[in-house]
Amino acid sequence: MSGPELLLWARGTGLQIAVAIFLFGLLARFVELWLLGRKTDLSVARASAVGPGLRTVVSRSLPMPGALKQTPLVFLGGYVFHLGFLATLLFYVPHIHFLRSILGFGWPGLPPFLIDVIGLVTIATLIALLVQRFTDPVRRFLSRADDYVAWTVTFLPLLSGYVAFHRLGTDYTLMLALHILSVELLLIVIPFTKLMHMFTFALARWYNGAIAGRKGVRV
Amino acid sequence: MSTPAERATNAFLEQIDRPTAAFFESCVHCGMCAHACLFYTETGDPQYTPIHKLEPMRRVWEREFTLFGRVKKWLGLSKPLSEAELKTWEPLVYDSCTLCGRCSLTCPVGNDIVYMVRKMREGMVAAGIAPDGLKEASIRAVRVGSPMGVTLQALKAQIAHAEKDVGLKIPLDQEGAEYLLLMSSAEIMQFPEFMGAAAKIFAQAGVSWTLCSTAFEATNSGIQIGSSDIAAQLVQRIVDGAEKLKVKTVISPECGHAYTALRWEGPNLIGRPYPFKVQHILEVLDELRAAGKLQTEGMEEAKLTFHDPCQIVRRGGVVEQPRNLLRMVASNFVEMEDPGIYNWCCGGGGGVSANERAEPLRIKVFSRKKHQLDQLGVSTVVTACSNCRNMLEEGLEHNHMQVSVLSLTEMLAEHLKE
Repeated sequence: MSGPELLLWARGTGLQIAVAIFLFGLLARFVELWLLGRKTDLSVARASAVGPGLRTVVSRSLPMPGALKQTPLVFLGGYVFHLGFLATLLFYVPHIHFLRSILGFGWPGLPPFLIDVIGLVTIATLIALLVQRFTDPVRRFLSRADDYVAWTVTFLPLLSGYVAFHRLGTDYTLMLALHILSVELLLIVIPFTKLMHMFTFALARWYNGAIAGRKGVRV
Repeated sequence: MSTPAERATNAFLEQIDRPTAAFFESCVHCGMCAHACLFYTETGDPQYTPIHKLEPMRRVWEREFTLFGRVKKWLGLSKPLSEAELKTWEPLVYDSCTLCGRCSLTCPVGNDIVYMVRKMREGMVAAGIAPDGLKEASIRAVRVGSPMGVTLQALKAQIAHAEKDVGLKIPLDQEGAEYLLLMSSAEIMQFPEFMGAAAKIFAQAGVSWTLCSTAFEATNSGIQIGSSDIAAQLVQRIVDGAEKLKVKTVISPECGHAYTALRWEGPNLIGRPYPFKVQHILEVLDELRAAGKLQTEGMEEAKLTFHDPCQIVRRGGVVEQPRNLLRMVASNFVEMEDPGIYNWCCGGGGGVSANERAEPLRIKVFSRKKHQLDQLGVSTVVTACSNCRNMLEEGLEHNHMQVSVLSLTEMLAEHLKE
């Protein structure tokens, strides 16, 4: 398959397959989660669970007092990587054009040089986090195949995007095709790995905040 | 006859609910929970990372409740739980976890890790794999009525002593009293001043109260070992006693897990709400203070601090009350680093103090509390849990520290206006 053919397939059939698996996977994960259910708590609540639950969904983005000092790289790396990934995904003008073709509306993008810097910083941060996963005793101890798979499929769209952005390599069309394919790989993998946390984190934080909140504790 | 591993698996299947699944699904292995856990911070051993303590239960969740896990199981790519695996995890889930819940506060995806450790212990009990000390305490609690084997006769002897000490009647089985006071075995046998202190405070406040001959023990070994059956049986005794005496409020004493057991888990364990209120003694005292019924005089001038018992503060929601009360009688009260809901455990909660095997580790991780106290340079640490009190005293002695440990209730009683 030549570069243009591959690009055409990636944008058409490839994308359709990836999105279908992604959506089916998500649906399956949410159904299996929902079916588990939860018992009603019969103890008398000290306070409402709703406010603290919702609050924790947002507030847990901030470190617990003292935690930033203990694991600065995990925190700062975590912030930079998540925000950087979202910025390049949502504010690079060609991405906005692509999303507009699906959603029917768009939004202003960031200037290319800024995307360039953010992309590079994000890539560097991801590499630093991987190195930490290998070297830090706790993170090395906890890491399983799932963690490295998730890292790889998150890293590839950034790397291929960066290469295509700078038109490195000889065949731009091929690079673009590979970039799109890497995103499709990411979509397919999300529902079956820890990357699911991008959806379930809100639920987890909600439960944590609500469980503590009904006891009158703000976590 | 099913194997221990099968029984544990079945217990896990029963325990895993939607929050548990949401937590497991969200974990990204960032390892931050390690830094919130004193068993990691004081030893530097990664095996004490809180989320790792749940691995057997997580595997059951993945294998039985996720699409991918079921496919892997069907293809023979995942192994069922084994007894050896559970035995390996026993020290992790019992010796190195005090159910303090600090990890649940730091997790960036919001996992309530200790909520799951409590569930994991149910599976361990189902498999019959738990520390001997906890098993024995549970058996004594069921058979004798107290994990330390305190009998009604012993209680009556202590009541007689306390009555002589404070010159007040300590009511037993008085129907229609407003408050039913429970006590922990430690309070009855080791710290009997507590009973007298309560008698003095209630006499001054003019409230009616009683002890109950069939429900005097507040502690609940079932909660610690992780057996809902035992826990329910022990809660039921208290409920029966309170209903028999028709009291309005049952007071959970200066004990951490007793409050969790009775206040938060109890109604769920027995499957119905109570016809009475449950309050921690500090809640009652703070209400009396607010109503002007707790009148004190004189101030402790020595620099002192408060050790927050995990189950009362972080997991119980009684945060401001001890501070309000302390300010009444202490002019130089200072907070530790990480106070209130962020406090570090004494190291002996969640059944660790009843587990002899865990003692060297428990003494080792006391270094966190030592550091907190050294920073302040206090001569006194006040607390509101008799188990914390014991752990603090042991740890201080081990480290040759000249710090005295006081009960907040007893301290208030010392300062009552005559």
